Amino acid sequence: MGRAAAAFGEADPGAPAVEARGLTRRFGAVQALDGLTFQVGRGELYGLIGPDGAGKTTAIRAVAGLLAPDAGQARVLGLDPLRDAAVRERLGLMPQQYSLYRDLTVAENLRFFARLSALPRAVYRERSERLLGITRLAPFTDRRADQLSGGMYKKLALACALLHQPEVLLLDEPTNGVDPVSRRELWALLHEFVEGGMAVVISTPYMDEAERCHRVGLVHHGRLLLEGAPEKLLMAFEAAGHPRPTFEELFVHEIEGAAA
Amino acid sequence: MSAAIVARDLSRRFGAFTAVDRVSFEVEQGEIFGYLGANGAGKSTTIRMLIGLLAPTGGSATVAGHDIATAPDAVKASIGYMSQKFSLYLDLPVMENLLFFGAAYGLTGKALRARAEELLERVDLVGQGGVTTGDLPGGLRQRLALASSLVHRPRLVFLDEPTAGVDPVARRVFWRLIRELAAEGTTVFVTTHYLDEAEYCRRIGLMVDGRLVALDTPAGLKRTWVPDRVLVARGRGLAGAAEALRRAPGVRAVAPFGAALHVRVDGARLDAGAVAAALAAAGAVAPEVEEAQPSLEDVFLAVVDRGGQGVAP
Repeated sequence: MGRAAAAFGEADPGAPAVEARGLTRRFGAVQALDGLTFQVGRGELYGLIGPDGAGKTTAIRAVAGLLAPDAGQARVLGLDPLRDAAVRERLGLMPQQYSLYRDLTVAENLRFFARLSALPRAVYRERSERLLGITRLAPFTDRRADQLSGGMYKKLALACALLHQPEVLLLDEPTNGVDPVSRRELWALLHEFVEGGMAVVISTPYMDEAERCHRVGLVHHGRLLLEGAPEKLLMAFEAAGHPRPTFEELFVHEIEGAAA
Repeated sequence: MSAAIVARDLSRRFGAFTAVDRVSFEVEQGEIFGYLGANGAGKSTTIRMLIGLLAPTGGSATVAGHDIATAPDAVKASIGYMSQKFSLYLDLPVMENLLFFGAAYGLTGKALRARAEELLERVDLVGQGGVTTGDLPGGLRQRLALASSLVHRPRLVFLDEPTAGVDPVARRVFWRLIRELAAEGTTVFVTTHYLDEAEYCRRIGLMVDGRLVALDTPAGLKRTWVPDRVLVARGRGLAGAAEALRRAPGVRAVAPFGAALHVRVDGARLDAGAVAAALAAAGAVAPEVEEAQPSLEDVFLAVVDRGGQGVAP
């Protein structure tokens, strides 16, 4: 099917879940993306890591179709996220500043987002119950969003982004301010989703999280500096003369090496 | 010398909800003291009481020698505070922010400028004084926030999640600054959700549902709370075998970690060989299992699990 199908908004089953090809974007004097290229397969958990200002957020926005690159292109399930509305139903996005309705309760926010994606009532009930359980928000369904702690707010945002069970999920630093128990639960949840075939792209400044991805891309100055499975990257780093390295040591070494 | 912080049965209720429940501890002068807990456990409420912003509804505390209930203004004058959302003026240059905070603490003229210059050097921001604060990358902005909490040379600083969202290179620099401060005798009271950072603390207090459930050095916490064996399993087909392993007797927790599995087991009942055999029986291909050191994350999970139910380690 390939081409013809894509023209009608049908996803190409042979296409990678996410493809970024030479993404380039400048904001004034800042070259946010400089030819960024990566691919993520179905059932893969891909981590975008890199220092503050490396271009991770811009990359996620470009893949989500929220931002047009100056050059290069993004594809989601073979579709163009800038032009093809079908992408929206199959893509979940959790940006850093997720806008929930602050004067609505936890339950009301979930119901609202379920209605946006036109979920049947029974499906909504089953999924929201499960998501509330996983995020441990079940005791707080009547609490207004603006009364939640930072971590609880993030978890509600995640639950809302997952209600329509997207095939591709983009998460921009979802765990900032989230406590270790909830972080571990979130990661267990992500692993469960990718085993079910979902593709997940997650950006994080935390290296213990980077190690939980199947593959990571280290972004610096809008380009990929390094890419691979965390264990393989660590083994190569160790073989290069760094005994028993941690992932953080690898990161610092690469970034400082690139700066020098 | 008296302790920098003494809390005795410190409590705070909001209506029917007890946010902080009879918390007692002491922090020594020059100590880096980590205060950990889940979202909503009561960390920020404790800090707000200790810095004189919120009156306790029970118990007492002295901070830098001042009673928080009777002398909150003296407390505020003698401590530095860096909040989760730093209160910097983003449209002002870096130097102007320091001058503003210095002036707020009563510094003027040459002394004010000299102190601001000194602080820029202190936090490695020399040459950045003219940069608009909003244009600084997060890690540098965080160092500026630290500097602005130090203008009045406090002997005690409270840092509430100072490194949230900061990359590893910037976090290293920040923790080096914190250790330098402590080495000079400044007491540091810090909250974080990142347990690799908590390893830098001399002692750690852990809150669960408003109560201080554990308080010890990182090594002491590990000995007390994680007598279990921690194993790392590698190989193919682990994801499918994890569920079966979770149900096996003696297995306490199984968590995916990249391509590997972290497995916590009752050390008296299971060893690496037994776990490898169980994984192979559940369909994993040639699993390799080796012993690992427990982390503070393992401690945290154990404390939240058992400490939350009032069970001693």
